[in-house]
Amino acid sequence: MKNPLTLPGLGILKGMAVTARNLVGSYYGTKRLHTISYPEERLALPENSRNFPFLVYDGEDADGGLRCTACRICEKECPPQVITIVPERDENGKLTKHPTVFDIDLNACMSCQICVEVCPFESIKMDSAFEYSSFEHVESLVLHKSDLAKPNSYYHDIKPTEATAVDANLEAERQRKAEAAAKKEAALQAKKAAAAAKSAAADAEKTPPTPDTDASD
Amino acid sequence: MNPPVSDWPTRSADLSDDGILEISMGPQHPSTHGVFRMNVKLDGETVVWLKPVFGYLHRNHEKLAEKMSYLGSMPYTDRLDYFSSLSNNWAYALSVEKLTGIEVPERAEYLRVLLAELTRLQNHSAFLGFLLGDMGAWGSALMYAFRERDLILDLFESLTGSRMMCNYMRFGGCRCDLPEGWLGQARKVVDGFPAFLDEMEQLLVGNEILVARTQGVGVLAGADAINAGLTGPMLRASGVDYDIRKVDHYGIYDRFDFRVPLGEHGDTYDRFMIRLLEMRESLKILDAVLRDLPEGPILDPKSKSRGLRPPVGEAYTRVEAPKGELGFYLISDKSPEPYRYRVRPPSLINLTLLEDMCLGSKIADVMVILGSIDIVLGEVDR
Amino acid sequence: MLPLEDIRTQIMEALPGAACEIVPNPGPSGQDSLLVDSASVLDVARFLRDDERHQFDYCSNTSGVDWLDQKVSETVKVAGTDAEGQANEVEETLERVIPGYLEAVYHLYSVALSVGPLVLRVRTGNRSEDVEIPSLTPLWRSCEFQEREIFDLYGIRFSGHPDLRRLLMWDTFEGHPMRRDYQAPDETLAFASANGKEDAS
Repeated sequence: MKNPLTLPGLGILKGMAVTARNLVGSYYGTKRLHTISYPEERLALPENSRNFPFLVYDGEDADGGLRCTACRICEKECPPQVITIVPERDENGKLTKHPTVFDIDLNACMSCQICVEVCPFESIKMDSAFEYSSFEHVESLVLHKSDLAKPNSYYHDIKPTEATAVDANLEAERQRKAEAAAKKEAALQAKKAAAAAKSAAADAEKTPPTPDTDASD
Repeated sequence: MNPPVSDWPTRSADLSDDGILEISMGPQHPSTHGVFRMNVKLDGETVVWLKPVFGYLHRNHEKLAEKMSYLGSMPYTDRLDYFSSLSNNWAYALSVEKLTGIEVPERAEYLRVLLAELTRLQNHSAFLGFLLGDMGAWGSALMYAFRERDLILDLFESLTGSRMMCNYMRFGGCRCDLPEGWLGQARKVVDGFPAFLDEMEQLLVGNEILVARTQGVGVLAGADAINAGLTGPMLRASGVDYDIRKVDHYGIYDRFDFRVPLGEHGDTYDRFMIRLLEMRESLKILDAVLRDLPEGPILDPKSKSRGLRPPVGEAYTRVEAPKGELGFYLISDKSPEPYRYRVRPPSLINLTLLEDMCLGSKIADVMVILGSIDIVLGEVDR
Repeated sequence: MLPLEDIRTQIMEALPGAACEIVPNPGPSGQDSLLVDSASVLDVARFLRDDERHQFDYCSNTSGVDWLDQKVSETVKVAGTDAEGQANEVEETLERVIPGYLEAVYHLYSVALSVGPLVLRVRTGNRSEDVEIPSLTPLWRSCEFQEREIFDLYGIRFSGHPDLRRLLMWDTFEGHPMRRDYQAPDETLAFASANGKEDAS
């Protein structure tokens, strides 16, 4: 490298040329201008951008259509332990695969998306909304089931590629389950038919054959 | 509250109270790269004694990891050196892979190198900006560096979902594959980077003020550096040829042809130039990766992230993080949580010789020397 | 790097009084360690650093580990007599305690020869009073802050350390937080609310 101290002050002057180029260039085009006037202008977030979780529901019913079955895996795996789930039980005390309480504490959520990764039912996904500022901690930043539930159409709006893939997965899963159920049903029917045929044959053996009065003619 | 202090290495001689001014630099200070404090004794403007004080950002990372599954610790590793989260993720994933014997597929290895070198680029850009800011160049160089860095962070966001807290590596590969158009975008960023480096060199390298403030300041000999455990650009600026990418042969770095820049004098100017040159070598690696990236799976199908129970044993692995040698030491007792989880922080160990380097220099040089060590408090205190 | 058995043989040749044994690592990583007792660790470490065949000039990592007391109950058959005076065997459950200890683990590398890691372990006598081991900071300066951190978080006292005081916790802090049986104190604070009244949260 050449000795930079050839002419005193030349290095600083060369540097000033760079600064001048950047200053003037920021008025022309966006290459050297790197800010926008938020909130009047906003940049589009990339599709994969993640901020806080939300629950997906299918159809119109924001509670009944929830895909969540209250299996509590996300609650267990969440590193800062911000998810609280209370599963619903019917009048006999049996689990109904539905949550009554599903709270996420945004004060401590660190947006790691491990809850999304471990969910077996594609029911919790990451939202990209980030304007949650408020004046209280508990009233506004602990989100309950009703705040978290958003329709599948919203999921398609914010993450089209991912939502399409998830829908395809769920459809494939449904078909697989339907086929398995149909096969099981068919096997059951076949078994029943075989059992019926067998019992009919056993009955036929037990009763002695009635003499065919017309046969001898 | 001042801690009781000792006299080793015996340099504080007989500091009579005459004319000795003791000041506390930090913890709230714009140039200490975080909440970091130094107790400094000055004779006029010359430093005669310096002791760093740590612990203001201690978040108990190692004990938390003992209560959490292996997967659950991965987002916390993002927050160690919060500038280079993907390097931290890789170091942790490597450690668990060594503990369990999981293998990583080809495409995932290439992706890991790609993201680690992009991380190195954006970390060194930020370093340039911050060092110039510490020296009083206010925001000019910082804003130019952050402009380029933002392009790389946008790449991270479109791949992993988050600009800085990426949480992307998994045990046995990577979490998700590249989206449509990502490679083209990455290619654009890598192709535009040399122009930025040329501009920064024109702005900074010949600048008389920079040269006067950094040449001959904070000189460190190679043998002292090795003994004090310094690693990364600090060690190489003192002339020691030790780059963990070349020594440990981790990942697939052996397939790439890149050089390791070395300094001659071991002063701040060398540390600054080393990082500029390292960025150019990283661009060479990135070129090769973007050209040769193969198709295939990104995660070993036999690996499981959730409910991982490594066999009884221990492992220590290290990577060449942008700041130095980042190591993870894990002891497993077959339970879902590690028995012992230890992070070897490069920034903390690089601070070992801070006092030695600053003695005899002026108070203004202390900031420049601290800036050239390139610390980040998330790593120092964990 | 030479296999660990060969390194141990060379250490025993150079320092016949040293007590060091190999602790095998059962996992797939294959990193066995060398356990040295506190009386000989300084000599062994100096040999490893200065001998030309090894030249371990760089101490990369120093960690503390806490091994708690382990209760082991064994069922043994003991000869005894039953109610009628006949000899028989009864089963008795014996409980014994394997005492715990604190451990400092050093990972050594050689920059000159590009080899490593060599894992060195030093153990204290127990977890309560016998917690002193020699410091390796006079040999490798990189241990300075890391040994301070082990003193702070585990309580191992390093004799010969030039500046042994807490690193990450504040100076009036009591206790050693990284120990496995550490109980954090209950820090429910009473603080004054906006209108000046004491209010326990």
